[in-house]
Amino acid sequence: MDFIIEKSVLIVSVFGITLVMAMYSTWLERKFAAFLQDRLGPNRAGIFGLLQPFADAGKMFFKEEFIPNHSEKFLFIAGPGIAMFTACMTSAVIPWGPDFEAFGRTISLQISDINIGILYIMGFLSLGVYGIMIGGWASNNKYSLFSAIRASSQMISYELAMGIIIITIVMMTGSLSLRNIVQEQSGALYNITALKGLNWNIFYQPLAFIIFMTCALAECNRAPFDLAECETELIGGYHTEYSSMKLGFYLFAEYINMFISSTVIATIFFGGYNFPGMQLIENSALLTVMCVAVLFLKIIFFIMLFMWIRWTLPRFRYDQLMHLGWKSLIPLAIINMLITGAVILAT
Amino acid sequence: MAEYSLSKRKKLATKRAMTFLESIYLPAIVGGMWITIKHLFKRPTTIQYPEQKREMAPVYRGQHVLKRDEAGAERCTACGLCALACPAEAITMVAAERKKEEKALYREEKYAATYEINMLRCIFCGLCEEACPKEAIFLTDRIVDAEYARKDFIYGKDILVEPINERVDIGVRQTKDVKEFKTHADQKHNILGK
Repeated sequence: MDFIIEKSVLIVSVFGITLVMAMYSTWLERKFAAFLQDRLGPNRAGIFGLLQPFADAGKMFFKEEFIPNHSEKFLFIAGPGIAMFTACMTSAVIPWGPDFEAFGRTISLQISDINIGILYIMGFLSLGVYGIMIGGWASNNKYSLFSAIRASSQMISYELAMGIIIITIVMMTGSLSLRNIVQEQSGALYNITALKGLNWNIFYQPLAFIIFMTCALAECNRAPFDLAECETELIGGYHTEYSSMKLGFYLFAEYINMFISSTVIATIFFGGYNFPGMQLIENSALLTVMCVAVLFLKIIFFIMLFMWIRWTLPRFRYDQLMHLGWKSLIPLAIINMLITGAVILAT
Repeated sequence: MAEYSLSKRKKLATKRAMTFLESIYLPAIVGGMWITIKHLFKRPTTIQYPEQKREMAPVYRGQHVLKRDEAGAERCTACGLCALACPAEAITMVAAERKKEEKALYREEKYAATYEINMLRCIFCGLCEEACPKEAIFLTDRIVDAEYARKDFIYGKDILVEPINERVDIGVRQTKDVKEFKTHADQKHNILGK
């Protein structure tokens, strides 16, 4: 019984935090974009425009719900649902912090420590494209269809490189469990005691990080890889025909995906909740709080990096995207994997 | 020709192959991101409109006003010179003869019974103001309001003539040159009381 209560509380809070993070990512995106462009951004709804996400959500709810006559109705409704569902599922295997003792039992800040955690994440990230594909196809609109095709081919091309990078990380760690990957990174960097808690994979695999980051941008359909929803060519792509909260779900799913991708990057490359000096903190409750805070700082940093890239780089052309994916990233990832294997073999 | 550049910023676009550093994109991406992040620390240029207003140029030409003289009589005599001068043909008017008992309302024997400016046609060039021999029409620093229907943009005398208790200040736009011009001998008929 205790177990069920513990997990329920954890699931509900992770779900809530995910939604709040996604909501405030929209706010942050607009605010950050505005500052990068010497503007102010939303500042009328509440102080610093902090109530803007609620205003947007309210607007989305009260907009007219429109389903085109010529669309495939069931799939048209299922599309945004799938997008939202897959986006929300991914957070289940992320270790949000170290275990701590409370109420006479050890509480783990991870919904489920399945031993193939990283595969689970990969699986659900790739399922995410089904929302876009189904929605785009069911709209029965040429722009949407183009967008769906682009999204799926982009997903296939970039998932390969991403998978190879993950294999590299798994080779280094020897485990597919995200918890083990994080714990592996709590040691001392290059065996220097002063750098304890800094044994992050980024310091061993910088190239892998760059490739993974690029692929994550493509997986999230974020600029410069937002070919699936480019306004100029495809008038919004797969959400051309969507309105009201269904459109809201698609937009929201994108931000949840961004949050999850940032979490995954922080977890497998930047030590998850580990930070230098964490071994000095004796109090286990304080340590947990600090670890969770550090993890969220890292996540927010990566979300901001995503946004920063979006407001800097123009969109890739479709052939450039394919060229980059198949001819650059995949060979680089393979070479990186081979070198890693050779080094592991040698040591 | 190729080297000639007045601004010294001219760059020739070529189709040469990218060098290795260029082809991996990363230095260019980092450079671009450096440019955007620098803007994070610049002051926003936003003017928060209803509270803050942009300072207008002294010669800004906005919504017209039909002036009254010091006694409160309308100065316009419906001579039609403004309508004639208007390059956008935005002004129309109907003239009427002043009756004896209307002496306090209109300054001269002829007046404009209706006077309309179509604000959608108007290009705010100020030629009406220049053409007016009676110092009756002026452009002010007021901004023409937004309306919901096109017909509401045809401003009649109810909007154009200044209210008798709330005179519209046209001093803002009377620059030194204008004031000097008014002292010319052939402009003396404009000055009240002559």
